[in-house]
Amino acid sequence: MPEAPPSPIMLAPPRARRQGLPPLVLFAVGWLGLMLGVALLANVVSPYAYTALDLRNRLSPPIGFGGTTAHWLGTDELGRDVLSRLIHSIRMSLLIAFGATLIGAVVGTTLGLLAAQFRGLVEQAVLALVDFSASLPFLILALAVLAFFGNSLTLFVCLLGLHAWERYARIARGLAISAGAQGYAAAVRQLGASAWRVQLRHVLPNIASTLIVSMTLAFPEIILLESGLSFLGLGVQPPATSLGSMVGYGREYLSRAPWILLSPAAVIVLTTLSVSALGDWLRDRLDPSLD
Amino acid sequence: MSEAPLLEARGLLRRYGMRRGLLGRPVEVRAVDGVSLSLHRGRTLGLVGESGCGKSTTGRLVLGLEPSDGGGVAWEGRPMPPPGTPAWRALRARMQMVFQDPLGALDRRLPIGAQVAEPLAIHGLPGSRDRVAELLRDVGLRPDQAARYPHELSGGQRQRAVLARALATAPALLVCDEPISALDVSIQAQVMNLLTELQARHGMAMLFISHDLRAVRQVSHRVAVMYLGRIVEAGKPDAVLQDPAHPYARALVSAIPHPGRRQARILLPGDPPNPADRPAGCAFHPRCPMAVALCAREAPALKPRPGDGRLVACHLAQGDATLPKAA
Repeated sequence: MPEAPPSPIMLAPPRARRQGLPPLVLFAVGWLGLMLGVALLANVVSPYAYTALDLRNRLSPPIGFGGTTAHWLGTDELGRDVLSRLIHSIRMSLLIAFGATLIGAVVGTTLGLLAAQFRGLVEQAVLALVDFSASLPFLILALAVLAFFGNSLTLFVCLLGLHAWERYARIARGLAISAGAQGYAAAVRQLGASAWRVQLRHVLPNIASTLIVSMTLAFPEIILLESGLSFLGLGVQPPATSLGSMVGYGREYLSRAPWILLSPAAVIVLTTLSVSALGDWLRDRLDPSLD
Repeated sequence: MSEAPLLEARGLLRRYGMRRGLLGRPVEVRAVDGVSLSLHRGRTLGLVGESGCGKSTTGRLVLGLEPSDGGGVAWEGRPMPPPGTPAWRALRARMQMVFQDPLGALDRRLPIGAQVAEPLAIHGLPGSRDRVAELLRDVGLRPDQAARYPHELSGGQRQRAVLARALATAPALLVCDEPISALDVSIQAQVMNLLTELQARHGMAMLFISHDLRAVRQVSHRVAVMYLGRIVEAGKPDAVLQDPAHPYARALVSAIPHPGRRQARILLPGDPPNPADRPAGCAFHPRCPMAVALCAREAPALKPRPGDGRLVACHLAQGDATLPKAA
């Protein structure tokens, strides 16, 4: 056979593995890092106490719009420093959103995997709960619970955690059943693996990408839900503050002092965007076949 | 055979409920209907038949992956424990399965080295890197391929990885469910050779399920032909595949492509019958070119043929009925 000239495709250098992070992910990581840092060090970095009044500087605009360096992001109608309130709101909202997302994911995934593992009665019970939860308007449930049991932060986080659990339960159950019916989970089971080994070592890592995407979808929803409940006066109670309640109370001054509302709104947008971008990237990285 | 069988299955039965339409009455489907077989150490039983005839279900029943609705499986003379029990799980080290779709059978998030080591960890056997490398070398993979993910391997290499995992606990029985159907023809030959080679080296029993008659003939010591959930003929592969006694086996054998052969293929009229609506008498009689009245009335039993003792379930082959004079 005559020696063929090497084809140009062969000579091309192998495609470089993705180096470094894409810019959006870099931004997302930086922003979420900043938010976490601010949340952890809220008492250190905030220039004033978030309840401190400065009555002589009420509705003072932010710096650059005629404000002074005393209040970088301006003040609200009671003369409270918007930057200090924003910092404490970030702490509160992140605590609620991360806490509630994690609770929802853990509860939902656990119930979904249990349903897939035991089938029969357990599955029927879980599915009935899922249908119940999906058909009940969450806002009404939240109103009822908060009205009857009073409002504490722990209760509030747990309540919001119940918001999206049924989604994780459905996804986990469906994916676990399809993995068990044929393919890798059935193969590992016939190797003699215990149910827990199959579920935790094989099924959970394989469905994790879907669950992570679901979490990044639920996170912004929970922030918005918290805002809505706070706006209705059922969420975070004054004097405590959160991003949602800042937006809610700032609404009245939208035309005269938009900075009260705009700065927490910008934080909400950037944080939810960062979580989505990071979740998307994480999903790709967790899948070894998508390199 | 003088030696006691490693595994003996008697009258295996598997029913599925099926509902037609939204309000239809549930119909019982017998996927496997009274299959008996025995597997001996170091021997291979080939199981052939068209798709949907219950081959794979038989394989799963034999391994005890599904409970049998009737009959039973005895492993080394003792009944098979019910699926999921600790005794059943411990027994998995002795019997293993090779799947048709190797990509589906492997966890795509774990490198194959970790997956080959998994049965060792499950059954508490030492699972060192050297042992994994040895297993990989055993099936013709390089030890450095242990770090590869399933999607980075070719189809043949994946099937080798599945084999390495199945052989990790040195099982006494290997059930191969269409192990070569998803592979290229050139790779099929390699995997077949590997299977016979591994059997010669380790001496395990094999149940080889396939619709590829030539593959079955190459690896099997005995072959059984299945039709609609029942074994219709069984015997030595050369005898059964040279001179099939059952009309269905004859049609199957005539479908093997043969260069230079002039003989006409036997074309079976009609579709394989619906297992939910099994014909009365011999299940094959509506498609059988030589069916007589008896075939529609009475189901033939699988029993040795008077002449040479081959097991066949057919009234005509047994001589219970005679072929009417050709019109």
